[in-house]
Amino acid sequence: MATIRKFDTKVQHLKYKVLREVARYAFEDRLLDCYHDIPKKIVPGPKPTMRCCIYKERAIVEERIRLALGGDPENPNVIEVIEIACDECPVGGYQVTESCRGCIAHRCEDVCRRGAITFDEHQKAHIDKEKCIECGQCAKVCPYSAIANNKRPCENACKVKAIRRNENMAASIDNDKCIACGACVYQCPFGAIVDKSFLLEVINLLKASEDNTKYKVYAIVAPSISSQFSYAKLGQIITAIRRLGFYHVVEVALGADMVAYEEAAELAEKGFLTSSCCPAFVDYIHKQFPSLVKDISHNLSPMATIARHIKKTDPEAKIVFIGPCTAKKMEAQKESVQPWVDSVLTFEELQALIDARDIDIPSLEETALDNASYYGRIFARSGGLTDAVREALKERGLTDFDFQPVSCDGIEACRTALLKASKNVLPGNFIEGMACVGGCIGGAGCLTHGEKNKNEVDKYGQEAMEKTITSAIEFTR
Amino acid sequence: MKISVCVGSSCHLKGSYKIIEKFKECIAANGLEDSVTLQAAFCLGKCTNGVSVKMDDEIVCGVSEENAEAVFNQYVLQKSGR
Repeated sequence: MATIRKFDTKVQHLKYKVLREVARYAFEDRLLDCYHDIPKKIVPGPKPTMRCCIYKERAIVEERIRLALGGDPENPNVIEVIEIACDECPVGGYQVTESCRGCIAHRCEDVCRRGAITFDEHQKAHIDKEKCIECGQCAKVCPYSAIANNKRPCENACKVKAIRRNENMAASIDNDKCIACGACVYQCPFGAIVDKSFLLEVINLLKASEDNTKYKVYAIVAPSISSQFSYAKLGQIITAIRRLGFYHVVEVALGADMVAYEEAAELAEKGFLTSSCCPAFVDYIHKQFPSLVKDISHNLSPMATIARHIKKTDPEAKIVFIGPCTAKKMEAQKESVQPWVDSVLTFEELQALIDARDIDIPSLEETALDNASYYGRIFARSGGLTDAVREALKERGLTDFDFQPVSCDGIEACRTALLKASKNVLPGNFIEGMACVGGCIGGAGCLTHGEKNKNEVDKYGQEAMEKTITSAIEFTR
Repeated sequence: MKISVCVGSSCHLKGSYKIIEKFKECIAANGLEDSVTLQAAFCLGKCTNGVSVKMDDEIVCGVSEENAEAVFNQYVLQKSGR
């Protein structure tokens, strides 16, 4: 099935099908009458293909519909667990591996205070999971490192340790720690963790604009779009977005150019700075390194910067960000961003909207998308922001400033750099923080996460008509 | 008077930034800084016929680096009676 190839996994495909059906009925004004039909449409039966029975499959689809309609309004987090979809993975915790040699020392047994370790007739160790409290002492003392800590995929994906097991053994998110990066959403093999969708909000925004006569709806697209939709040309995707009813499509990369230009001056003035582009990184500093909040760049993100700029030229405008990021859904709700950005979609959701309207992308003509420079466009990958700030320092003539950037690829690298910075031992004066490995092209809302995506971003950057940041942003000043 | 130069992708590729520069020069040469505001607009909806420029409420299409000055003279100077 050709559609599956648009995504990395079947979990994404399932989520997409639900979003597409919800969008289809919403566009047709039939959602209220028809949304009960969606589970049967997606799980026709009679044989189950994913779970124990079609009734559970359909019940989970109902939960997915709930998330597609915006999720739990009581929960401020944009990432939610579908508890009945959580398979309560049994891999959790310490397990004896094949490496156990059946020694006679039995250090593991001695150290275990719960008496959870027993031995079979070959003297090989076994852990009684009813007794084990996951303290890990046995793993520490084993001379063969034969006891491994197998974590759940979600817990393993969550590098900020925001996922635990609740009393039902289902995954549970600690909102005080979660940075909404979406790593767990992408990694859960059962699709039990999902980002809330604002797709309905966008459809309503488009409809109420009455073909952009009441107000104009602008789509602002993240530069990582260049690595997505590999089955069509970028210009065709832009046409497809217009066909959905958007008035115009603008590159967020232009906002990135504006940010790089301002950030260079701010850095030279303050002497030490962290970037503010990645909302998950910014949230992480607020939650784990409050002493460094003062060092976060005061610039809005590229998304908010370009949205604000468009609203300055057209105050009635409504603006929808389309990108790879689940954390942007959280950022858009911030007081400083909410006046500029009206809603947020991921690339997954964009694909669902396009297919809900049966728009055949490969048959479309191309529409131009060009405003930003090479530097704004490479923000989509790790290291791009640093290159852009270096260029902006040069273009501003701030060449005396000794630029020592630390590009952090993924939230673990961010954590290391922030820890050092908090103790004043960081060898550098600028932290580029990207929560997703690879940068935005590794975002949870991406359709694909291929090896070649970085090259696609660079190629798209080189195609920009404007060669310098200054020339790209000239008219915005 | 308010001049909006379209900077939508299509017009941008046809050189809107250069037209903004030209208009800036024209405004300065005629000392109109106080009476004419120049700004950018994201798409005036005439993508195939760019560069598009909006002079108050009137949209002028097909503006290029070559005719920018003439367009300025026609729509700005003549209207302001200069």
